[in-house]
Amino acid sequence: MITFDDVVKVYPGGGTAVDHVSLELPTGKLTVLVGPSGCGKTTSLRMINRMISPTSGRVLIDGKDIAGQDEALLRRGIGYVIQNAGLFPHRTVLDNVATVPVLLGKTRREARTAALGLLERVGLSEEFAKRYPAQLSGGQQQRVGVARALAADPPVMLMDEPFSAVDPVVREQLHREFLRLQQDLGKTIAMVTHDIDEAIKLGDVVAIFRQGGVLAQVATPQELLVAPADDFVAEFVGRDRGIRSLSFDTAAELPVAALPDDLVLDEAGRPSGWRSGSQVLPTGGTFTSSDSLRLVTDLAITSPVGTAVRVNGDGKADGVVRHHDLADYLAARRAS
Amino acid sequence: MNLTYLFDPAHWDFSTGSIPQLIVSHLWYVLLALVLGTIIALPVGLFIGHTGRGSFIAINAGNAGRSLPTLGLLMLMVTLLGLGLLPVLIALTVLVIPPILTSAYAGLRTLDHSVVDAARGVGMRPMQVLFRVELPMALPVLMSGFRSAALQVVATATVAASVGLGGLGRLLIDGLAVNDYSRVLAGAIVVAVLAVLLDLILALAQRWIVSPGVRASK
Repeated sequence: MITFDDVVKVYPGGGTAVDHVSLELPTGKLTVLVGPSGCGKTTSLRMINRMISPTSGRVLIDGKDIAGQDEALLRRGIGYVIQNAGLFPHRTVLDNVATVPVLLGKTRREARTAALGLLERVGLSEEFAKRYPAQLSGGQQQRVGVARALAADPPVMLMDEPFSAVDPVVREQLHREFLRLQQDLGKTIAMVTHDIDEAIKLGDVVAIFRQGGVLAQVATPQELLVAPADDFVAEFVGRDRGIRSLSFDTAAELPVAALPDDLVLDEAGRPSGWRSGSQVLPTGGTFTSSDSLRLVTDLAITSPVGTAVRVNGDGKADGVVRHHDLADYLAARRAS
Repeated sequence: MNLTYLFDPAHWDFSTGSIPQLIVSHLWYVLLALVLGTIIALPVGLFIGHTGRGSFIAINAGNAGRSLPTLGLLMLMVTLLGLGLLPVLIALTVLVIPPILTSAYAGLRTLDHSVVDAARGVGMRPMQVLFRVELPMALPVLMSGFRSAALQVVATATVAASVGLGGLGRLLIDGLAVNDYSRVLAGAIVVAVLAVLLDLILALAQRWIVSPGVRASK
């Protein structure tokens, strides 16, 4: 667990970057620090590995005050991923990944062998090992950056805008792989981003900072969407937070109606469209009981007849949800 | 063009005052000045570049050093210290310091800051950051400063002859003294060829010591 205990950072110029922040980042979880620029999120992150020291207050890792610890040793025990990866351009990909183990006293050979395994883990084949960072794409560099941070198997990782320098398609892919990796590894991660969507998607816990380094709200992504603490958080989270909050619930408990006559099925019982006079209109997609309410809502809205079709594991239609039934369900759910 | 002096076999044995012997003594001054200048300028330049402190020293030393006339400085040193190798060495070393100092400083200052940040962040100590990250990355700039220092000192080491020492300057000074322009020409050509060869060797050395990763990104 990483603990911020009444931490303040005031810069000599007079600006307060972090203003009495107390915060706990739970072990094994991904906590996202998010906020507009100049809100102190990066400053807070960099105080965890003593790249910046607090003006007052304490930062503790697993109950131990980091202020008394040797800076370099502390940092070797904390994975560090930054924007644009910050790879060492004069070292091969393999040697970049082997950096921290070598600092910790492993032989170069041992460190390189372990590094090869890590490259594979972040989705880079062996052929990348001998290349230099300049020969990689931005997304590939960021993967190497993650591998370098993981190399010494640190329990804690700090990530400063790790995915913001790559294009949206690559970012999406990196997000997926990163979440899978985190599921396996269960690191205690602090990640900084300015992108609230990224925070909601990746975070187990989201800490929203406001200008002046004040913590505005610490909550799970869902709580943030459903119950923002104040107008600032509500606005920062965005206008469509209602519909986005539906991403967190599945359609498992959503009641369905029997299949209506105008739903056209094929021989196998799979829905193929809606009959409308002499035409058959497309269904526009189907959902299963494990899909999110957000998807169901979207299907109901885009369906030509205002009805979303549920299918079972074999793809057979087994029920439908109409616009107004969905609205009733959401209203009842809200009331409870 | 009179190349008789240059191509006279009698001038290519290893006797005193022969061209090979003058080349050796010339290179000896060059080597001493480069080693001495590097020992002085490199640590100072690296310190200033690494810490960012005292950058006015690097900038001013660069400007002042370039504007100092070597021959004038040599005469001053001879007046103060008397004849010998020392005044020549001082004058040549002063010539070598500015390009090495400013290139070491500039090489470190212009590095991608995020890489240095990453080096600190993964737990390198300040000296490890300097020698494992900053220096290898700054090597192309540093080497170009060293090469320009080497070229300057090869050409300027001819002043040694004006205070009674050897080196290829002998051919120029003695040739001028007796109006033997063939000898002067020989001196000029050998100095020029030497400069080109030295630069070639340093360029090869640079290829060898600079990481391909840094070369590729330039």
